[in-house]
Amino acid sequence: MEKLSFEYPASDEKPKRAHVGVVGSGDLEILLEPSQDAKAHVTVQTSVSGFAETWKAVLDRFFANYQGATIFDIRDCGATPGTVAMRLQQAVEVSRQ
Amino acid sequence: MTTTVQLSEDVLALSTRRSYIEMNARARAAQLLDAGAFRELLGPFDRVESPWLPMQGIVPQWDDGCVVAKGTIDGVPAVAIALEGKFQGGSIGEVCGMKMAIALALARQDCERGIPTRAVLSLESGGVRLQEANIGELVIAEIYAELIALRKYVPVIVVIAGMTGCFGGMSLAAGLASYVVMTRQARLSMNGPEVIEQEAGIEELDARDRPLIWSICGGAQRHATGLADMLVEDDVAEIAHAVRTLFKRGQPARLRSDAHDLYIERLGRLDPAQEWTADQIRAVCKEQMP
Amino acid sequence: MSRGRIWFEALSGSSGRQSDGPGSLLLAEATLGGERVSYVALAPDAQARFPRARGGEVGVEEGWYGARTIRRIIDADGDSTKRPIVTIVDAKSQAYGQREELVGIHLAAAALISAYAEARVAGHPVIALIVGRAVSASFLVLCGQANRVLAFDDEQVLVHAMYKDAAARITRRTVEELDTLGATIVPMAYDIQSFDKLGGLYRLLQVASPDEPNVGTVEQVKLAVIDAIADARRGPRDLSSRLESEGAKQYRKASLIVRTKMAEQWTAQ
Repeated sequence: MEKLSFEYPASDEKPKRAHVGVVGSGDLEILLEPSQDAKAHVTVQTSVSGFAETWKAVLDRFFANYQGATIFDIRDCGATPGTVAMRLQQAVEVSRQ
Repeated sequence: MTTTVQLSEDVLALSTRRSYIEMNARARAAQLLDAGAFRELLGPFDRVESPWLPMQGIVPQWDDGCVVAKGTIDGVPAVAIALEGKFQGGSIGEVCGMKMAIALALARQDCERGIPTRAVLSLESGGVRLQEANIGELVIAEIYAELIALRKYVPVIVVIAGMTGCFGGMSLAAGLASYVVMTRQARLSMNGPEVIEQEAGIEELDARDRPLIWSICGGAQRHATGLADMLVEDDVAEIAHAVRTLFKRGQPARLRSDAHDLYIERLGRLDPAQEWTADQIRAVCKEQMP
Repeated sequence: MSRGRIWFEALSGSSGRQSDGPGSLLLAEATLGGERVSYVALAPDAQARFPRARGGEVGVEEGWYGARTIRRIIDADGDSTKRPIVTIVDAKSQAYGQREELVGIHLAAAALISAYAEARVAGHPVIALIVGRAVSASFLVLCGQANRVLAFDDEQVLVHAMYKDAAARITRRTVEELDTLGATIVPMAYDIQSFDKLGGLYRLLQVASPDEPNVGTVEQVKLAVIDAIADARRGPRDLSSRLESEGAKQYRKASLIVRTKMAEQWTAQ
């Protein structure tokens, strides 16, 4: 198990909280909550160690297009980058409902 | 020239069917309750999770694989409890199991105060979570005690849909329930096929023989042998309707787990020195019908 | 002879054999602490009808006949004093077999669980005395619904969800890894002292030569059971003593948090 942390600049826009996903094989769970500062704080707890670079790449790409002041808590069980990106997008969509 | 194709009712019904099996635990709990009456307790945002899994490098889930939601069923207060089969095989750990036990206890306390509160359980579970072993055993015993106490007031309904199925400690919970609803895809069995093969050898049971497995413990077989009350399609509306129908029925005339004489007599009609077939059990069950 | 049978005979003074039902199900009435008690046990029966239930397992016959036995005790006592029901536990596990699953062993086990719970709720002190193994369904069925559970403090006494080799295979670990985990994760450990820490036991008994009861050790165990019966009668007829224990305060903190928080959220709007 590995724990990773990332931080991205954000606007002041505070989204509604959202929860998506399942900690099942090849999947991940995301808790999205508003942050108190103009930043996006991401913590990843993953069952697969050694992929910090891959996580950074996926998250860099995601946060290039998303500026919510948020806390993303991610629990991963070996999801592919594609699945991660899909769940991140899903979390944002739910937060906008 | 254009032609109009008339779709038969069956085909139309199929196309509007929504799969319950594909739903996660949260969606299932919501579907079992009346629309708009879903209030989750100890949901993921409360972050009450397993203290034991991180100690062994396993990523926990914030609801520990169990969704508890208050609401109503046909307007009557109810609690829906749904296990997430995709998290650790739906296995019962400390938090998951306690959420179940306490939800049943709180429902019973409301019943005692004159507020009948129904309980429906969507069970997808391989049994006790081995990573929490003995606490799992203790908690499962507490689930049984609370289920037994609650079913005196209101029926307790178990829904098993698949694809995880209902095994181990949770199969006994299904045995204690007032009513059991199963799909054809669902399985209900104390020991999973792999465990039987492991303990008793491949001659006893070949765990890869899927038709054999379902013929022993699949929904159709369980329904045909009186161990499930309703056999339903994998359709949200049909399953929710089955649950409502059973609650409307009220308390069963006799709990399945109280039917000692019936099952002792069934054992007497079968010879364990011989091989048994699924059809044989169905036949014996039919013989016993009044 | 299994330890279960040895201690059943030593405590009850009887072989426990019944005229109907499986030979594995032992039942005897006796006097203990001046009152009538019923002793129950499961023991291996080489002549058992079900080939997969000859080693003292909880099988379909044990479940259904056991349930009927407990129900008859409840009915016999009716409105008079509810006698203690003392189960001597040394049962390998549930029975593993195709016939068992076909005829619904999950329901047979549920029936016996239900009967023990009904007895407890009716006011019978339900006591489980673990002298050997109580693993998987044999724990849940024979001990799970007891007011008070006692166990011998001995290497051969095992309470667990699954035997080590099977658990290793299913969790894809080695047995050595399970041992290492058990050293720091108390609920996974296999020794009875670790199970005692969780608050599920009323007492751990140090009994000399547990394979060979003598007058002294039988008296010792009887006194412990009498004490457990009295304690059960002082408390409520539910399983709350487990969660109120010192062990639970230390090792089931999450359970207590769930209990408190869910009650708060249940009534909040």
